[in-house]
Amino acid sequence: MKELFAILIGAIFVENFVLSKFLGICPFLGVSKKTSTAVGMSGAVVFVMVLSQAVTWLVNHYLLKPNSLEYLQTIAFILTIASLVQLVEIVLKKMIPSLYKALGVYLPLITTNCAVLGSALLFVERDYTFIEAVVFGFAAGLGFTLALILFSGVRERLETCDIPKAFKGMPITLVAASLVSIAFMGFASLIIP
Amino acid sequence: MEEKKGLLSIFTNGIIKENPTFRLLLGMCPSLAVTTMAKNGLGMGAAATFVLVGSNLVISLIRKIVPDKVRIPVFITVIAGFTTIVQLLLAGFLPELNKQLGIYIPLIVVNCIIFARAEMFAQKNGPVAAVIDGLGMGAGFTLAITLIGSVREILGAGTWMGIPVTAKLFDPAVLFILPPGGFLVMGFLIAAFNKLADRKKSETETQEETGCAAGCPGCSKAMHGGEA
Repeated sequence: MKELFAILIGAIFVENFVLSKFLGICPFLGVSKKTSTAVGMSGAVVFVMVLSQAVTWLVNHYLLKPNSLEYLQTIAFILTIASLVQLVEIVLKKMIPSLYKALGVYLPLITTNCAVLGSALLFVERDYTFIEAVVFGFAAGLGFTLALILFSGVRERLETCDIPKAFKGMPITLVAASLVSIAFMGFASLIIP
Repeated sequence: MEEKKGLLSIFTNGIIKENPTFRLLLGMCPSLAVTTMAKNGLGMGAAATFVLVGSNLVISLIRKIVPDKVRIPVFITVIAGFTTIVQLLLAGFLPELNKQLGIYIPLIVVNCIIFARAEMFAQKNGPVAAVIDGLGMGAGFTLAITLIGSVREILGAGTWMGIPVTAKLFDPAVLFILPPGGFLVMGFLIAAFNKLADRKKSETETQEETGCAAGCPGCSKAMHGGEA
């Protein structure tokens, strides 16, 4: 239990996927313009990350490891994630149209979100158990959510600022992200032994 | 003769006009994550270039056989195949670099640059042009992330490629090799690039096209389109 808690806190704050591991930067910069889209995207990411952690863990443990096919990890994981996302899309569309409406547009973009593949690769590297891997996926998703929503607030403020021409758009966004990232470095001392 | 000129412009296109990192803003994750040292940037750039050239070549060769509907899974498989090759080569011959780059090597699979080039260029052009395009884009990416790595290494550690440069002149600011420094240096370099491009534009009065037209999923530019 203690380990699970450590993973949870660690992945949300200390090694925040976006701000300290640079995973999922594209959606972080892409959809953080408005808080409402940020919420939608984060919801979809948490959902898919938990699912994909579970599925890729099973694929890795019961398919790749017994057959010593570990070198196929990258291919197997990306194809698993891609088909999983597709499947989720189809199932949601049929079963829970309201949720599909909320998350639908964000789903296809998640396949190429490096946070999803990254967390799958990290659980292999760290040798997590099934539960640990799923908790890790959930926590990483929450960390992504936190960073995205906080940052969308910052960006909404930036809109009204007077910015030098060369800095308009992406450059000032990155500078702002740097400041948010400095704030998150404060959590580094939270590490639980 | 004319064809040669065309190939040359395809090559330089990736380095300057459509520099993947500074102009198209693709492949941000590795550009920020592995650039704590110039050497790592160079290694990452080389690995990505290999995958880019290989996947561009194969996709261009099979472009007429693959039905349009299944092209995305096919592209992903091809790219993942080349990424695995690079991963195994690095693990075998450059274990130290492999350790430093860590999970960012397998993450080349989801690097937008490669997918965007497959979608925008390789599937519409012949193999020779596709390879040249891969080389140009790869060179542009390598130059860009080596530059970011150099700035961060000099400011943050006082060394360049491991050689002490400014260590005696001032105390290095560790912040630059930490994550916030990545965002900061990247922001300032893009701003500098914008400034240069702006000046050039006002001189020649040409229309500069910004952004990626491929709409590659997950990329910020595609999202902006989606929002509108």
